[in-house]
Amino acid sequence: MKKLLARHETYVLLAIILFSAIITSVNPSFLTLENLFDLLRSYSMMGIFAVGVLIVLISGGIDISFTAVATVAAYAMTVISINYGGNMLTAFLIASVIGIALGLINAVVIYFFNIPSIITTIATLNVYYGLLTVVSGGKWIYALPDWFRSFSDIKVFTLSSGEGVGYGLSLVTVIWFVIVALAWVLLRYTLLGRGLYAMGGNVASARRAGFNLFFLHVFVYCFMGLMAGIGGVVQVLLVQTMAPNSMVGKELDVIAAVVLGGASLAGGTGTLFGTLLGVALIAILSNGLTLMRVPSFWYNVFIGLVIIVSVGFSAYRRKSKERRAIAVEVE
Amino acid sequence: MAEAFLSMKNISKRYVGVQALDSVDFEISKGEIHCLVGENGSGKSTLIKIISGAVKPDDGSYIEVDGEHFYAYQAIDSIRKGIEVIYQDLSLFPNLTVAENISLSQIIGEGKRFINWKDIQDIAQRAMARIGVDIPLDVLVGDISIADQQLVAICRALTRDVRLVIMDEPTASLTRKEVDALFAVVKDLQSKGIATLFVSHKLDEVLQIAERVSILRDGHMLGVFPAQDLDDEKLTLLMTGKKVEYTEYTLQEQDGEVLLEVRNLSKRGNFKDVSFELHRGEILGITGLLGSGRTELALSLFGVNPADSGEILLQDRPVRIGSVQQAMRLGIGYVPEDRLMQGLVMEQSVGKNTVLTVLRKLLNGFGLIDRRQVRRSINNWVEQLSIKIPSVDAPVQTLSGGNQQRVVLAKWIATEPQVLILDGPTVGIDVAAKRAIHDSIRDLARQGIGIIVISDEVPEVFHNCNRIIVMRKGRFVAEFDVAQVAEDEIQTCVYAAG
Amino acid sequence: MYRRHSETVILILAMVGAFLLMWILNGTHFVQIDNFQSMAFQLPELGLLSLAMMVTMLTGGINLSIIASANLSGIITAMILTYYMNPEAGGGVSWGVIVLAICAGLLVSALIGLLNGFLVATVDISPILATLGTMILVNGLAIVLTKGYVISGLPDPVRFVGNGLVLGIPMPMIVFIACAALMALILNRTPTGVNIHMLGSNPTACFFAGVNNPAVLIKTYLLSGVYAGIAAIVMISRFNSAKADYGESYLLMTVLASVLGGTSASGGFGRVSGLVIALIILQMVSSGLNLIGVSNFLTIAIWGMIIILVMVVNYLTDQYQRRRQTT
Repeated sequence: MKKLLARHETYVLLAIILFSAIITSVNPSFLTLENLFDLLRSYSMMGIFAVGVLIVLISGGIDISFTAVATVAAYAMTVISINYGGNMLTAFLIASVIGIALGLINAVVIYFFNIPSIITTIATLNVYYGLLTVVSGGKWIYALPDWFRSFSDIKVFTLSSGEGVGYGLSLVTVIWFVIVALAWVLLRYTLLGRGLYAMGGNVASARRAGFNLFFLHVFVYCFMGLMAGIGGVVQVLLVQTMAPNSMVGKELDVIAAVVLGGASLAGGTGTLFGTLLGVALIAILSNGLTLMRVPSFWYNVFIGLVIIVSVGFSAYRRKSKERRAIAVEVE
Repeated sequence: MAEAFLSMKNISKRYVGVQALDSVDFEISKGEIHCLVGENGSGKSTLIKIISGAVKPDDGSYIEVDGEHFYAYQAIDSIRKGIEVIYQDLSLFPNLTVAENISLSQIIGEGKRFINWKDIQDIAQRAMARIGVDIPLDVLVGDISIADQQLVAICRALTRDVRLVIMDEPTASLTRKEVDALFAVVKDLQSKGIATLFVSHKLDEVLQIAERVSILRDGHMLGVFPAQDLDDEKLTLLMTGKKVEYTEYTLQEQDGEVLLEVRNLSKRGNFKDVSFELHRGEILGITGLLGSGRTELALSLFGVNPADSGEILLQDRPVRIGSVQQAMRLGIGYVPEDRLMQGLVMEQSVGKNTVLTVLRKLLNGFGLIDRRQVRRSINNWVEQLSIKIPSVDAPVQTLSGGNQQRVVLAKWIATEPQVLILDGPTVGIDVAAKRAIHDSIRDLARQGIGIIVISDEVPEVFHNCNRIIVMRKGRFVAEFDVAQVAEDEIQTCVYAAG
Repeated sequence: MYRRHSETVILILAMVGAFLLMWILNGTHFVQIDNFQSMAFQLPELGLLSLAMMVTMLTGGINLSIIASANLSGIITAMILTYYMNPEAGGGVSWGVIVLAICAGLLVSALIGLLNGFLVATVDISPILATLGTMILVNGLAIVLTKGYVISGLPDPVRFVGNGLVLGIPMPMIVFIACAALMALILNRTPTGVNIHMLGSNPTACFFAGVNNPAVLIKTYLLSGVYAGIAAIVMISRFNSAKADYGESYLLMTVLASVLGGTSASGGFGRVSGLVIALIILQMVSSGLNLIGVSNFLTIAIWGMIIILVMVVNYLTDQYQRRRQTT
């Protein structure tokens, strides 16, 4: 029991339960399968990004360029699909390759020139997004291929609500969950995964222990790029529009979700479960405010308060742990 | 003659402008406990790096490990031959469990890509069993004590077929009990045919455990000596080439006024019922083993660690010292043992460090910092304490240890303290520079400041203090008047079992 | 010390280089008074915000909430101004109201600064997270107050701050120069300033030297907030309106300007002079590219590349110097 209380995730879970209870009491349609499946679908993009951000944070770095990477990847994917045809597989492939390539640039600059990851990714965010906007002209693209549209409607299983409208677990959500599962295996059962934690915990020791730091760096940022690419495709799937300015600006929201879930900006800590909880908390808050008919402009106020309280609470717990320091044996 | 495990001859290493090692011969027998001693800059760390294969020696060197002669010795060879190095920072991962820390290097070494958690547990268990250590496997390494972390590092070394363990300053932050436990483990390793090489500057510990001692000075190997043939004085002489001349310090005829009086000061878990007096112009020594509460007591007087109960009187006035600012206002200063983190802001300039404590005293009429006054002040201190600096703007980290400590002194003298507490004032400083620091301390006492020197080197307090107080397990156990007691008595008192 | 010198030299060279390049690309347009004046109108906003960012970076932290603070501050000022004074209604200029409105705005951003300082210093939250939280919170408050609309129609005296000329020098530039000089004074000639640098390098040693670390941090974030508030006045004056999400792209630019100007991301080092030169470079590149018709977005991309380039050059010179030192 004590071990449970020591974990950050427990508190996030409690917060989720608390908020859920409040929301449901005001508007019972919150706790319906239809609503939950819908939420899962809408937040798949954020969820996929969050997995990438978690990996980067664990390794001790940070990346805020992923929304720009996602936009570039998704845009390229859209344009190529419209003009040259293809299918979902090629779409994901194109986006993934571009995402990995852009992530590789991040990795190289950060590793070889020793530039702090926050500075580098702020710069690449602007470079990628700026160049993209010049090329795309900022135009939104609506005319997506049919196979694209139908993919986003696929559901793993369908139930029908009272009015005869079908709803179900979206394939997009399944993609997210598959990614989470793969990431879980990676973190827990591969040497690479443990190497990420090691590097985040103590870089010098990781080098001495024989981990290949260059390879780890490349993996981390390329993985983030991959997540960005996939997430970008998911975003287009969800809104059936390629809107180049829709993702950039939301980086900090994703990072906030991951940090809410227990990952530390200093590196070395963080779990997938926690990240899922963090995303869930943000999703529930946002959805809840809507269902409770709170005007949408209060959204940010609530999120901001939740972040401050949550992080403040973590800091408080950390400080009281430090205070119980080892004392001198007095006779 | 025991069989040699590691035999190195004619090892030289020249860096641009510096001859780090010059024709050094070095040899360790199988299962031997050997110590390598030398001052800072003697070439110790270079030699260790060459042994571990991290650095390549110059041409003409001969390296033979366990009967195999190497022409181009590399790190991978040293690992293969069973040489493991435990650096002073232990190179552990605080965010991973004990089991992972112990087992990961083996997993990496085996080239495995996937983690089998049962394997990790087994490897760790086996390693711990080899030296009879029992630390919970699922705890994060960041949550256990330094002593336990050291044992984890040793276990990690044991996961490979280790034949020689090299430990760099392993006892630096261990209490007496923990040091004894460590030495027991080392003896145990010996019984299994594993040799241990200690690199240490703690001479008394060196002599306690080592069979043979190799002494390096200025890149030259002076020789290898059986530990039983050495004592503190001989070792110091060999290490430094100088005999440390301690001159006696006598209390000058001051008014003998009681500057500071402490009555029954206690702090739960730190120290209990401490009482003493400090007179003007006196140097009071507080000694005792690590863990006796000395530093905790000092921190109480400095406001970092306020006491729970008891009284503190400054010039007969009762005072409360609840914060560092309060302590400084009362005229108390503190030179910390940890120069790197607590004593100085390493990457900033000498000038800024020197005036950090007295910025508010250097303002002009408009409340802005008076640059000329600052410069005058800094130059004054630099001259008075003979600090060797390339320029006032040079980062403090570019100075030698002795000069760095002088900057710390300058910083505190500038505050015109009444009481100055120095914790381990000459730790990590070369013998020649030590003398200079001691002279400065005596100068300060002559000016009427009450000085408290805390040190675990008995000779240091014996030769520089008027009175010595011994602490053990948080309590004062004895007070000595230096003029009327022999150094041995104090040694005995310090090392006596509770 | 030796590194800092080479950094300043590189910066000045970059500035000259940028100037020459823009001149070549633009011909005589670039060196006309008009152009310099126009640049001098645009630079101060980013400049004041960059000063607000730089002071927190000196302590090893960061302030993600400066733009949001500036926006909220501007909104409060604009709301008071438009509520009590309406230019179209023919109302007179009431100086009392103007002063009240400006003070209210500054007070708001100062309070946000205090909140940030409290979270970072007392609650001990990492600055990125603390200011991220306040950024989102403050942004939310701004949206609540404006419901997403723009508040516009400000009185002439206020508009003068952002658009007027004094002896040929744009008013905002005068404000900026005064504020930059003030910041330099605080950082170099006051105990708090020295403490800010030292704390950024090693808070533990500062603690043991009697520095009141929490106080220094709170002052830092308070100062940052006030400068964001001053930036707000210039911003609403230039746009003649206030909105909840103006200048969001500025945030990253302030970090880049600080870093380009030599402020160390890990704290302890940085000079206002370096920041000013960096701002001039960025402004020249921006204006120059604008004049030849390069889109804003491409300009932003180029800024990003400049930052990386400068940091790479710094890294390489560092390596070179280090290699020279061991000879």
